[in-house]
Amino acid sequence: MSEHLKTNNAVIKWIDHRLPVFSMMNETMIDYPAPKNLNYWWNFGSLAGLALVVMIVTGIVLAMQYTAHVDYAFNSVERIMRDVNGGWLVRYIHMNMASFFFIAVFIHMFRGLYYGSYKAPREILWMLGVVILLLMMATAFMGYVLPWGQMSFWGATVITNLFSAFPLIGESIVTWLWGGFSVDNPTLNRFFALHYLLPFVIVGVVAVHLWALHRFGSNNPLGIEAKGPQDKIPFHPYYTVKDAFGVGVFLLAFSGFLFFAPNFMGHPDNYIPANPLVTPAHIVPEWYFLPFYAILRSIPDKLMGVLAMFASIGILFILPWLDRSPVRSAKFRPVYKWFFWLFFANCLLLGWVGQEAAEGLPLLLGRLATAYYFIHFLVILPLLGVMERPKPLPVSISEPVLKGGGALAGAAAKPMEKA
Amino acid sequence: MAADSAHASQKSQDEETRRDFLYLVATAMGAVGAGAFAWPLVNSMNPSADVLALASTEVDLTPIEVGQSLTVVWRGKPVFIRHRTEAEITEAAGVSLDELPDQEADSDRVVKPEWLIVGGNCTHLGCVPLGQKTGDEKGEFGGWFCPCHGSHYDTSGRIRKGPAPENLPVPPVEFLDDNTIKIG
Repeated sequence: MSEHLKTNNAVIKWIDHRLPVFSMMNETMIDYPAPKNLNYWWNFGSLAGLALVVMIVTGIVLAMQYTAHVDYAFNSVERIMRDVNGGWLVRYIHMNMASFFFIAVFIHMFRGLYYGSYKAPREILWMLGVVILLLMMATAFMGYVLPWGQMSFWGATVITNLFSAFPLIGESIVTWLWGGFSVDNPTLNRFFALHYLLPFVIVGVVAVHLWALHRFGSNNPLGIEAKGPQDKIPFHPYYTVKDAFGVGVFLLAFSGFLFFAPNFMGHPDNYIPANPLVTPAHIVPEWYFLPFYAILRSIPDKLMGVLAMFASIGILFILPWLDRSPVRSAKFRPVYKWFFWLFFANCLLLGWVGQEAAEGLPLLLGRLATAYYFIHFLVILPLLGVMERPKPLPVSISEPVLKGGGALAGAAAKPMEKA
Repeated sequence: MAADSAHASQKSQDEETRRDFLYLVATAMGAVGAGAFAWPLVNSMNPSADVLALASTEVDLTPIEVGQSLTVVWRGKPVFIRHRTEAEITEAAGVSLDELPDQEADSDRVVKPEWLIVGGNCTHLGCVPLGQKTGDEKGEFGGWFCPCHGSHYDTSGRIRKGPAPENLPVPPVEFLDDNTIKIG
């Protein structure tokens, strides 16, 4: 492996012989062969990685100024905003990047759904991604509790109370989660400890996610495996440049929120210190939880609502076995393509329902959308696998680009034949 | 002229291309961006506005009798205020500079000779020397004695014996009126 490392630097060679980090970096980020037809939807994995790094770096700096105690937490956050040098900037980066992390990850997931990236042999890669999503949700939820505002307190109360839905053991679980009989100082302390820990667990799962990714390489918009070296290009410079360009656009959009509307995605109620005696009139979770919150509220039974909410993510684990179609990319699945967009619109609808009061039209729409969410996975996908007639797949990744272009095809004739 | 030579050098070394230039510029831009992101993070660890707001301390000297000492806190550290006796003032002023490891005249260390105000951390490794309380060991020179590693300070807070390299530092002191000082 290490013979591919091109360097004349004696020190690098000496180190690499004993600890092949340079070879590994070369194999995973420089020479790593990637399908040559990846489009911009493939940028969002690296963007999510960038967001994770930004969150950890800003989070460590914030933790140096934060006090995890019910009497001091709110004021320590206000001190960060007012007194700490650039504290407002660091905190607003942390707050807004949390949202952008979810934006990147949601787009990354919808890309996987559209192009069938979860299908064999990438099932474990997909499932590890779902694990990362769950860890992110836990981390984001506990992070939102730390400023100890009204939304922090009541969000923590509502979400931890979900576990009280379980019969017999529910109440004990909630008491254990709280470390007392209400959300209080012990709860805040453990949430801070876990909020600091979980991002590093995410880093670990991301490493395994990349390990699984590099086993077979990226899927691609055509959803067919690369037939050989002629279908691939080295990661550097082609995708390093493409990813870097994506980072520029991503950060531009991010800066728009950061500098012009830093509280756009937050709730004003969280700038009121936590009060265990008064619940805000309208409590909603952060936007990235809204679709799941809508599912929770549309089921009239407490336990079933909680189970449905957990199932809405849990079902993603078995998605590779629900979608039986041998064709990956929606490009060649004329019926699935429409159902994908319907599912996407349904998720947006759930998000809208999640921030409305649970009554009247939103409640009705929420129930229909919840039903459709599960019907998509449990009925439509298995049926499509049998009933849909996919379009013919191209012979190779190179073929759709090169066919018809006489001169070009001539140049690539040899590798094409091999394919 | 310059354009010509640049053109010539580009021809002579065919490794240098426009792509190399773009590569350099892009990397430099990335470095600038990373630096711009790193600076607020690093700077956030500097003293914050609420810490800087505590950077001066006012002290009322009225209750300190001649021969007594008072320790006040300035920037989280002790400051020694000693209302010196005539004997202590004479002793401090009478020392020849040649005898001192860190040469400094007593008159340069006080605003008013009867009030000696010095930082209360040993210049060796930061312990608080003894000598403020009546029963304390004051060292061989009647000032302060640091129990950590045995440094002796005189009645002007100057190092006379032991491992400490410098005199006890004199903080910025301003007399607001005859009996009130502002440290810092």
